Amino acid sequence: MSKLTFLGGIHPSDGKKLSKDRPIKAVLPKGDLVYPLSQHIGAPAKPVVNKGDHVLTGQLIAEAGGFVSAPIYASVSGTVKAIEPRRVVTGDMVESIIIENDGLYEEVEYVVPKPYTELNRDEIVALVQKAGVVGMGGAGFPTHVKLQPKNPAKIDYVIANCAECEPYLTSDYRRMVEEPEKVVGGMRIMLKIFENAKGIIAIEDNKPDCIQIMKELTKDNPRILVKALQTKYPQGAERQLIYATTRRMINSSMLPADAGCVVDNCDTICAIYQAVTEGKPLMHRIVTVTGQAIKKPRNFLVRIGTNYHELIDEAGGFKEKPVKIISGGPMMGFALFDLDVPTTKTASALLCMTKDEVSRNEPTACINCGRCVEVCPGRVMPNKLADLAERFDKETFEKCDGMECCECGCCSYVCPAKRQLTQAIKTMRKVILEDKKKK
Amino acid sequence: MSDLLKVSSNPHVRSKASTTSIMLLVVISLFPAAGFGIYHFGVRAFWIIAITVVTCVLTELVFELICRKKITIRDCSAIVTGMLLALNLPVTVPFWIPVVGGVFAILVVKMLFGGLGQNFMNPALGARCFLLLSFASIMTNYEVEGITSPTPLVTLRAGGDLELMDLIIGNTGGTIGETSMIALVAGGCILLLSGVINLRIPAMYVISFAAFLVIFGGNGLDYNFVAAHIASGGLMLGAIFMATDYATRPITRVGQYVYGVLLGVLTGIFRIFGASPEGVSYAIIFGNLLVPLIEKATAPKAFGKGGRR
Repeated sequence: MSKLTFLGGIHPSDGKKLSKDRPIKAVLPKGDLVYPLSQHIGAPAKPVVNKGDHVLTGQLIAEAGGFVSAPIYASVSGTVKAIEPRRVVTGDMVESIIIENDGLYEEVEYVVPKPYTELNRDEIVALVQKAGVVGMGGAGFPTHVKLQPKNPAKIDYVIANCAECEPYLTSDYRRMVEEPEKVVGGMRIMLKIFENAKGIIAIEDNKPDCIQIMKELTKDNPRILVKALQTKYPQGAERQLIYATTRRMINSSMLPADAGCVVDNCDTICAIYQAVTEGKPLMHRIVTVTGQAIKKPRNFLVRIGTNYHELIDEAGGFKEKPVKIISGGPMMGFALFDLDVPTTKTASALLCMTKDEVSRNEPTACINCGRCVEVCPGRVMPNKLADLAERFDKETFEKCDGMECCECGCCSYVCPAKRQLTQAIKTMRKVILEDKKKK
Repeated sequence: MSDLLKVSSNPHVRSKASTTSIMLLVVISLFPAAGFGIYHFGVRAFWIIAITVVTCVLTELVFELICRKKITIRDCSAIVTGMLLALNLPVTVPFWIPVVGGVFAILVVKMLFGGLGQNFMNPALGARCFLLLSFASIMTNYEVEGITSPTPLVTLRAGGDLELMDLIIGNTGGTIGETSMIALVAGGCILLLSGVINLRIPAMYVISFAAFLVIFGGNGLDYNFVAAHIASGGLMLGAIFMATDYATRPITRVGQYVYGVLLGVLTGIFRIFGASPEGVSYAIIFGNLLVPLIEKATAPKAFGKGGRR
């Protein structure tokens, strides 16, 4: 059988061996914890605590601000110090709840739900919604919304996105090696919601051990398939993943549900598992702290709200002066100018690089080599779109399917003239989306 | 801690390939053909190559100095143009021909249209056609001492027979770089393996040209005739190095197939029905002009879109 994949894509050096074999270590925060009210797509959460309140670990501190929104829970016990704007990874100032950690980690008592086999669909979705689970692969889309498509009976595939195609990231890998039963358990719960669906655990073939473990764990369940994908970036991009595993195609104006699919990231599925089996809200995530500048690259189980400085300290600090620090992977992550930002639900990695390949390469004239067109997984023409973006020609940009770009960065990566293709296209897309919102 | 960190939009990594590295690979891949040309036609061939390359680079430099533009000769693209033009010249040309050709290629075809990547026509071929039209007798003088004078294409037209082995090795008359199939294919392999070009255009070019010959060549399915045609008259040089020129070939996948077929058919028409035995240069130049149209007609449809709007 030929490998499961899509047309286009790139093979950047993956850097995963830095942190691949380092087990997940739990980190206890020392300083204040910061919870941005907007760490998901949709309406910001609304605070339900006031300055001076004492909170416990696992206590609700902000409730969902609408249907497409998610509640936020305290991940430590302590006192609410302030509710004020704080800087987040994107550089924006976002209204946040700040909690002074008392170091006691007193927890609320969780109500353990009935076994999921005895729950119905609505009860399961309610548990996920209550736990504040959002897409932890980076987008932060509230998971309960995904779990309630218009016609749940029409969903025939639930896909666990364990591709982890971003270079350097190893959090999903460690999760699959150390706690594979949580991934499989989460998948079982999803299959309980979608009774006509088959489950697919999709893993890139550079993680043969994970594929083996998953196959072993699911061999008695004919509804769960483990599928090996060709190792290639962006294999884990939602649209490309759906295509690789089911041969179905969706465009930017469609939802996975339109193709009968629900896709959730590895960590998200574990969060669903915890929410439904233990009644625990989303308070932790796995973060890979890595890069050439880090003394001891590691994978950490981090309490959401923990300051990035603390993660760097836990990883032994810097062995070399970092030139660029990225929240997330090198292809789609955000470059930070300030480390004083909190870990959010969507922060998958902290990558500290000793050189910046972007500023080292000055953009020159396009030589029309066509590499960007060859690698574009969205099958658009990045060279043309970037030109249109530079001329600010919104109309033609949209006509040339500029909105189909998924901002994966492949075009900028391969460009021999080092043009900032992704950046130009991304900026234009933002402007057009803003325009549409205004209308 | 505000020890300044670099910030930029994603992605934060870049591939190693650069314009310069690609151009250098093309130069290297032209070495076998150039080397064989020098071996076959003598040291004069070396001087012609050297003069053309130096002229091209100097033209670009002087133009940019006069116009106060950024100096771009470091990208090595002028070297590629110079080598390609030289390999398209007969060894008998007087030394002012490469100078005129080099200036025309860089100044008129490349720089006046905006420089690297903006030219609508392959600079080396543009200059060759300019020279062919302006100095026809000089440009078609293939009489070299000790080597059979007529080019294989002239022989083929006259109905003569050719030793296929001679064509493959390059033991025939012709321009400096077009005679040896082995050397050209070796260069092509370097380009293919290093990912500088793909097989779409060269393969479609050769296949469609062969098909055209079988149908309209008048000799039916005569392998020797078809092979001799493919192996002579700059077809391989054109298919591997000229038709694949980035700036002047379609950028879309489908467009590249269409373009390859178009070139094969045009070359066939020019060679079989045209006045001159040569056809490759004109076919590619003509194809260059159709590239914008081909690109427009073959724009890829976006992932998941039912059809192009």
